[in-house]
Amino acid sequence: MMLPRTLFNSEHEEFRRTIRRFFLEEVIPHQERWEEQGYVPRELWKRAGELGFLCMGVPEEYGGLGADRLFAVVLMEEKAHTRATSTNFEVHSDIVGGYIQHFGTEAQKQQWLPKMATGEVVGALAMTEPSGGSDLQAIKTTAVKDGDDYLINGSKIFISNGWHGDIFVVAVQTETGIEGKRQISLLLVEGDRHGFTKGKPLKKIGLKGQDTCELFFENVRVPQSNLLGGVEGKGFKQLMQELAFERLTVAIQCVQAARSSLELTLDYTRSRKVFGKPVMDYQNSRFKLAEMKSEIAIAQVFVDRCIEQALQHQLTPEASATAKYWVSELYCRVVDECVQLHGGYGYMLEYPIARAYCDARASRIYLGANEIMKDIVARTL
Amino acid sequence: MLPRTFQSAEADAFRDTVRRFFEEEVAPQHVGWEERGFVDRAIWKRAGELGLLCLTIPEEYGGAGADRRYCAILMEELARARVSGMSFLSYTEVFATYVLRFGTEAQRRQWLPRIACGEIVCCVAMTEPGTGSDLQAITTRARRDGDDYVIDGAKTFISYGSAGDLYVVALKTRNETSGKDEISLMLVEGDRPGFTKGQPLAKIGLRSQDLCELRFDQVRVPCANLLGTEGRGMAMLMQELAWERIMIAIPAVASAERALADTVAYTRERKAFGQAVSDFQHNRFALAEMKSEIAIGQAFVDRCVEAYMDGSLSTEAAAAAKLWCTELLCRTVDRCLQLHGGYGYMEETPIARAWRDARVSRIYAGTNEIMREIVARSL
Repeated sequence: MMLPRTLFNSEHEEFRRTIRRFFLEEVIPHQERWEEQGYVPRELWKRAGELGFLCMGVPEEYGGLGADRLFAVVLMEEKAHTRATSTNFEVHSDIVGGYIQHFGTEAQKQQWLPKMATGEVVGALAMTEPSGGSDLQAIKTTAVKDGDDYLINGSKIFISNGWHGDIFVVAVQTETGIEGKRQISLLLVEGDRHGFTKGKPLKKIGLKGQDTCELFFENVRVPQSNLLGGVEGKGFKQLMQELAFERLTVAIQCVQAARSSLELTLDYTRSRKVFGKPVMDYQNSRFKLAEMKSEIAIAQVFVDRCIEQALQHQLTPEASATAKYWVSELYCRVVDECVQLHGGYGYMLEYPIARAYCDARASRIYLGANEIMKDIVARTL
Repeated sequence: MLPRTFQSAEADAFRDTVRRFFEEEVAPQHVGWEERGFVDRAIWKRAGELGLLCLTIPEEYGGAGADRRYCAILMEELARARVSGMSFLSYTEVFATYVLRFGTEAQRRQWLPRIACGEIVCCVAMTEPGTGSDLQAITTRARRDGDDYVIDGAKTFISYGSAGDLYVVALKTRNETSGKDEISLMLVEGDRPGFTKGQPLAKIGLRSQDLCELRFDQVRVPCANLLGTEGRGMAMLMQELAWERIMIAIPAVASAERALADTVAYTRERKAFGQAVSDFQHNRFALAEMKSEIAIGQAFVDRCVEAYMDGSLSTEAAAAAKLWCTELLCRTVDRCLQLHGGYGYMEETPIARAWRDARVSRIYAGTNEIMREIVARSL
């Protein structure tokens, strides 16, 4: 480490060792099989729950640990660093768990959080639609009141944890009472509701162990008590509230993933010889590796400053957008250079760097495409 | 985008003072200095009056007794005001720190107060025609002769060299016990017989800084002019090298920020095809990317300054800062010039000067290739 990090205390570091062991021993050895089938086994969720790794930030009265946010940061850092990319506990714990904890009614919290903490129930967030990604206002899924219920119609796509999902936070358009004018609301929809069907996990370039699905809602009936927080029209604000931190989580993971790729490449170029000397001893290799090490250190400092700001609820949208776009681009640049330094082996999927290369690409797209991030920064010029 | 981490009322007051000084007293003269190729001698005195020449030197030697964070503020404001002719403020600090750290009490008393008040101009002479970053390869030599040293050799690219009154010269001395040549540092007064200065060199940028060659032809100085221990020159020069590199990274970020601010203003004003140049999506993204990268550079140099203050700044972090921030600067001024269109290529447009001035930052204080090498050693 070029500069010491200042965020974590000894408890965080102890947790880091624990969670790292979990990923290395209970995920990595099976990951290839899970990638082939396109999802992780259900038991993994139970196991993570047993060990207390799910919904750590949720208060103890709802089954969580009441842990500070840095524990969630450590978890995602270690996931990225160990390349346990088939798991997605973050969307379950930090996003869906966070929404229910912060915006849910008391009954909703009681009903869902304890089961999410044990892994009995898997949470997923359903925002993106086939016709609208980053442009949330344009979603078409509707929820219309019918007696004491809502009737939901529409479809969602690219939904992480979609295959396993038991409880979905679904962004829908609800009526305002004014003809032709709608507003965004968040509904909790159970996975087993009649008329709710899930597509098979989608085939992706990378992140193949993650069950990313399409969802279809055809006259799906849910009680009005499933409205998150109980008030209509709050959806956009609810989705925005933690968006800066959610985007930062991409940067938090990308910087660790880049570090992990660099470490793989250092090991490889030290042991691999060409023309009688290690690849690493060539000046071009040394300089490329040095540039990557420098930029990773620079990214880490920026990300850490952003985490500090987020902990004080002062992270600006433009700082978060900068972190998201710049660090995901850094990761993609780094992993590409690392494949190059591996030569032909770098193209073979049996080498972890090749998998990292495939996994990396989505980071420039999800949680707001990097072009959207630049637009957010541009608004502050 | 992110709040700065070092803030205090005292620091703000200092920043205001230097900003006003640079903007009101220096900037109006700067174009004249650029045309002439050197800065007005009187500005050293004025800087001395304001206490800017030896910020971190203790008050008993005429300095301001401040900590290094104030040097950082000074360099930031210097860059922001785009008064590159004032870079002697930084060189003087480096020079005075050598005298303070390694000089005898007599040398400190003799030189520091006069340096601090701007009475004498001091220069650091390391680079030679045959060697730049590879300091071990220098050939300027000092030979013992009775109570004197006799110096022969040449130096080049010496900032403010033609104005100098006192030089700290890196040279080779012979270790009588081992018979080996070692590097030592010698104080040499500008008026010693046999010491001649070349004409200021014509450069791509930084045109108000008189950079010149120095020749030593049997220059005789008393042994009392030796700085520190004979043969320990390399160690002495290395001691503050990390900080000196941060002092390149800091103004690089600030210069980039200034270039961007000018360019945002220009592209808002300037119309093309019926809309402001800044409203084209390509330009918006270019400006946004620059803003983001500058914020990233700023966070990194601020963290490096913090690390320096608590003693944890590593050589490789300083090298990474120098490398990355100077490349950021060059990338930024080039993109900014592009966004100015044809006007950007005109001498009178400030961005043109920023573009010219930026280029050398990837070369001096150790080329960026050396910076990569330093980081590579830590892999």
